Amino acid sequence: MADRSFSASRLPGFTATAIFVFIALYLPILMLVIGSFNGGESIGAWQGFTLSWFAKAWANDHVKDATIRSLVIASLAAVISTTVATMAAIATTRRRPFRGQTFIYLMINQPLMVPEIVTAVALLIFFASIKVATGYQGLGYLIAAHSAFCVPFAYLPIRARLEGMDLTLETAAADLYASPWLTFRRVTLPLLLPGIIAGMMLAFVTSLDDVVITLFVKSAGQDTLPTYMLAQVRRQISPEIYAISTVLLALTIVLLTLFFILTRKKD
Amino acid sequence: MTTDVAVEARNAVKAFGQGETAVRALDDVSIQIRKAEFFTLLGPSGCGKTTLLRLIAGFETPTSGQILLDGKDITNDPPNKRPVNTVFQSYALFPHLSVAQNIAFGLEMLGRPRAEITKTVERMLALVKLEAMAGRKTSQLSGGQQQRVALARALAPQPKVLLLDEPLSALDYKLRKEMQLELKRLQTETGITFIFVTHDQEEALTMSDRIAVMSAGHIQQIGGPREIYTRPVNRFVADFIGETNFLSGEAGEGRVTLASGDVVQVEGAEGRKGKVTVVIRPEQVRLAEAGAAETIPATVESLVYFGTDTHCHLRLKDGTEMVARLQSPASGEAGLQQGQSVGLRFAPGAARVLED
Ligand SMILES: Nc1ncnc2c1ncn2[C@@H]1O[C@H](COP(=O)(O)OP(=O)(O)OP(=O)(O)O)[C@@H](O)[C@H]1O
Ligand SMILES: [Mg+2]
Repeated sequence: MADRSFSASRLPGFTATAIFVFIALYLPILMLVIGSFNGGESIGAWQGFTLSWFAKAWANDHVKDATIRSLVIASLAAVISTTVATMAAIATTRRRPFRGQTFIYLMINQPLMVPEIVTAVALLIFFASIKVATGYQGLGYLIAAHSAFCVPFAYLPIRARLEGMDLTLETAAADLYASPWLTFRRVTLPLLLPGIIAGMMLAFVTSLDDVVITLFVKSAGQDTLPTYMLAQVRRQISPEIYAISTVLLALTIVLLTLFFILTRKKD
Repeated sequence: MTTDVAVEARNAVKAFGQGETAVRALDDVSIQIRKAEFFTLLGPSGCGKTTLLRLIAGFETPTSGQILLDGKDITNDPPNKRPVNTVFQSYALFPHLSVAQNIAFGLEMLGRPRAEITKTVERMLALVKLEAMAGRKTSQLSGGQQQRVALARALAPQPKVLLLDEPLSALDYKLRKEMQLELKRLQTETGITFIFVTHDQEEALTMSDRIAVMSAGHIQQIGGPREIYTRPVNRFVADFIGETNFLSGEAGEGRVTLASGDVVQVEGAEGRKGKVTVVIRPEQVRLAEAGAAETIPATVESLVYFGTDTHCHLRLKDGTEMVARLQSPASGEAGLQQGQSVGLRFAPGAARVLED
């Protein structure tokens, strides 16, 4: 008798469905990547390999500005949200369970659940009144907004790492005369570092990719790469956009690969 | 005089949880541990051994009562302010540090000068015979080696008291025997007070200067290994330490009449009346010819060969079962046979009367 144990891969249509899903997911991306190296403007016909779209995009001052702005916002938002997330993760794992812990947990992860458009509108109204009151128009609003919605992305891998950490290590440090601060700096933090870096990368990628909140919060002339691309695509699709997308894709793949390496359970 | 007392617990109570579900892990424990002593806490799982160690180390605060170190009340001092170090059951070595860095950790936290730290670490590495491993990551060590690093790390700051929570339980039999000797050697060489937790009675008997037998949050008896073994104060201690025969009987006129009707002279029977329990270790039961003078008649039920010893299961007239541990004869032949009638007597002074 053959092995009769249940396996999803033997359900009827499993293989066909899987192939279809993979095609639907990756074929458009593949076409876009190919398009960014295509000599011609049409995505339909291959007219020889070229890197000229990349060069052209980079020569475009709008692209350059948007890229720098995106990187500045994403870097700052990643650092800020990771700092907050680290403190939140320690506060929610390194103490006895307390009343309202679940509530706080939900609050921290709220950006994952509240529809982004709601947050965006709320921030728009909130920041508008601040703009009126202070007259400040700078990038601060975008950085603040991104920092806030990146917190749960940074929080989750840090919390996972903390929960997997042997608590007796911290007890041992205290036993060996380390003050609470030194215990944190010499034991908890070094062991937590892979989680923190992973969280920071996830926050960075999330910020880099954001459209909805950015569109609502940004002032005139504060386009990030995604909002710039959106504006361009509305007018006319140029392989320049494909090239930018390909670079973003490559960056994301590199960061996510690092993320998986860092969060992988060792031995 | 309290000058020779290193650690003292006064009426220490530790309760976990509240109300109906509260567990009294320690229930009014008072104990004095002397300087330079190898002291063992022995008891079954869940009796509160770890809890008592954690109170001494400062990882828990007692619900009530006090902990004193060198006569000073340290009940509310945090662990990093107590000159007490712990060898954890799981070793708890820092995985991101090398062997030498692990050993140096406590000294660094105490702010000792670099040169002194280097010297002490070298001395510790030599003490636990790990000189060749100084630069290794702790994950690259065997269980026994990790155990030694944990020991060296805890000894390096020269604590007044070293706490060891079942440090040998993860090792295999042969390594455990080796480490027992090693620990004893280290304790003698350093002169540090060791408080050692185990639930292995043999380990406790061979290593300790004194033993506290615990059960259900209480200390049942404190004494030297010989005292605990030969003069258990109650049935729990007699039962927990080694094998014991329990015989019920009636005391009167300085003697005890066993349930089988036989009358025996037993230490501690003087001045007692009524129901008592007589305890006698299997190795203190002597066998003689059936009907020999001053013997209790019995039948051999079965014989179990253990190498050096043979355990002889006996049955008295009234059906009471007993075990006698006899040295196996050199020829390898059993001198006894199943079903044989014999007479048994207790070695002089070996049987004792206990309150239940
Ligand atoms: N943090 C805690 N919360 C609730 N109950 C606890 C806690 N720590 C210990 N206990 C309880 O206190 C009692 C004593 O535990 P303790 O760990 O001291 O036992 P032990 O003698 O060390 O046992 P073992 O030999 O199994 O290690 C047990 O009943 C245990 O369930
Ligand atoms: Mg324990």
